[in-house]
Amino acid sequence: MSELIRLTAAELAEKIHSREVSAVEVAQAHLDRIAAVDGTVHAFLHVASEAALVSAALVDDGLAAGVAPASPLAGVPLALKDVFTTIDMPTTAGSKILSGWRPPYDATLTTRLRAAGVTILGKTNMDEFAMGSSTEYSAYGPTRNPWATARIPGGSGGGSAAALAAFEAPLAVGTDTGGSVRQPAAMTGTVGVKPTYGGVSRYGLIACASSLDQGGPCARTVGDAALLHEVIAGYDPLDSTSIDEPVPAVVAAARLGASGDLSGVRVGVIRELGGEGYQAGVRSSFDAAVVQLQKLGAEIVEVSCPHFEYGLAAYYLILPSEVSSNLARFDAMRYGLRVGTGASAEEVMAATREAGFGPEVKRRIILGTYALSSGYYDAYYGQAQKVRTLIARDFAAAFTHADVLVSPTAPTTAFPIGDKVDDPLAMYLNDLATIPTNLAGTAALSVPSGLADDGLPVGLQVMAPALGEAVMYRVAAAYEAARDAEDGGPLIHRVPEVPA
Amino acid sequence: MSADPVTSGITRDEVAHLARLARLAVTDAELDVFATQLDVILGAVARVGEVAADDIPPTSHAVPLRNVFRPDERHPGLDQEQALAGAPAAEDGRFRVPRILGEE
Repeated sequence: MSELIRLTAAELAEKIHSREVSAVEVAQAHLDRIAAVDGTVHAFLHVASEAALVSAALVDDGLAAGVAPASPLAGVPLALKDVFTTIDMPTTAGSKILSGWRPPYDATLTTRLRAAGVTILGKTNMDEFAMGSSTEYSAYGPTRNPWATARIPGGSGGGSAAALAAFEAPLAVGTDTGGSVRQPAAMTGTVGVKPTYGGVSRYGLIACASSLDQGGPCARTVGDAALLHEVIAGYDPLDSTSIDEPVPAVVAAARLGASGDLSGVRVGVIRELGGEGYQAGVRSSFDAAVVQLQKLGAEIVEVSCPHFEYGLAAYYLILPSEVSSNLARFDAMRYGLRVGTGASAEEVMAATREAGFGPEVKRRIILGTYALSSGYYDAYYGQAQKVRTLIARDFAAAFTHADVLVSPTAPTTAFPIGDKVDDPLAMYLNDLATIPTNLAGTAALSVPSGLADDGLPVGLQVMAPALGEAVMYRVAAAYEAARDAEDGGPLIHRVPEVPA
Repeated sequence: MSADPVTSGITRDEVAHLARLARLAVTDAELDVFATQLDVILGAVARVGEVAADDIPPTSHAVPLRNVFRPDERHPGLDQEQALAGAPAAEDGRFRVPRILGEE
């Protein structure tokens, strides 16, 4: 096995750009790794070997001709969640209804990756239409957690997170609607970032819930996530909710943080996140992380966000409502699956959607249709939108006392495959701590905070105000550097070798 | 549908009605499972009703939405072949679809 796959994206970029190794060698090393372990991990739904090698060769040609690299990540491989459209690869969103579909256009995020010279290795597994917290709701079978292959890698972006933890790719992209980047990061000992809503274009991102969805970087280090963040973020006129503001300088912030001093930074511990319902090993890891932040010079303050306890309820009304509307586009007429030769379009639609959607998608469509029904709208959807306002106000008040807020990312470590698949409400509880950020449109990330007493990774969530990514990266990088120094190396190097 | 939405659950018949509205030809077995599961989920999400929020404005989007314009200039879009490439059925450069208007 090539040692190249153990390197960070920053290290790979340095070696490629100085022509110590070629981008093609780096791509091939990762493709070999995928061939060796993905039969077990199942992080990928599609591997684009040929396109990856062609893209990498173009980077090598440019460097050989003396052209400056297109970006700091030119030639570095990446695994793309199968929810972003790609003109040269199938795009399924983990659903049978889009089996084999080839999109007629690239997502803006895909275009940016290509322009940056990033090598796209393939498309990663996910819960169908990003609905789920374990990747078990993929129509193409679950992804396995490299730390313990009988366990889930989190979801919905379990494929992207598992690809990182299994050293199949140094970088990945996910989407976070209620925690789908951060919770898988916590479950796999990797880093996952949910940028400010509107920070990364949603053009060509197949919608789950449009007011909540946000693409974001996944990596094995905070610094690598920052490099990818600056490649994918920025204003896009093709997305009407894109923010027309400069991208926060997160690479510089991560470098500043890695120097290890957090003097003058106020870190708020949210009283309502971290008590009841959190596994003991998760709580102790979080408490140790807070002590670590204090040692780095941060001022620790306790804050209260009294409406967060209603976040899950509001989210599971708002999200299904948007889902029921967004997924109406899968009508068996213009693209995707068509089932049945019924006499009417309505019969064909109903038969196709029944055959093409999995149980969780159907549940959420029905729930959303209910919440938006005449007579129920005010009590459910309308009231949930008011609670959303109160949660945003809780954040605003907390951010007057603290520069960032912290909590455990997820209430438990990775659970066994099959454990919660038939208990939707138990599955939803995974997102307790991550949902408020999506409702408020603010930024947050998950950074590894060690292993719990069960030997599985735990994530520390760092939350920041809208467009406050710089301080969030700074705090996470400082914490990561301190942990690595204490542990004698990055946590991810302790992941067991994946059984063949 | 009426009754007090915050205290009443959801019935199997209601789930069947909602599935029809959502164009999902669910099976009887699915109806049994979904009715039970959705009743539990609704019981949990009905908690939003505990929050006193009469005077609170609703939030539909975290950032204010405004209309976005672009210059009224020609630029390339999908051609007919690209637009039809993923169609389940096409004929004469158009989408071929089952009958839309009923006989009722």
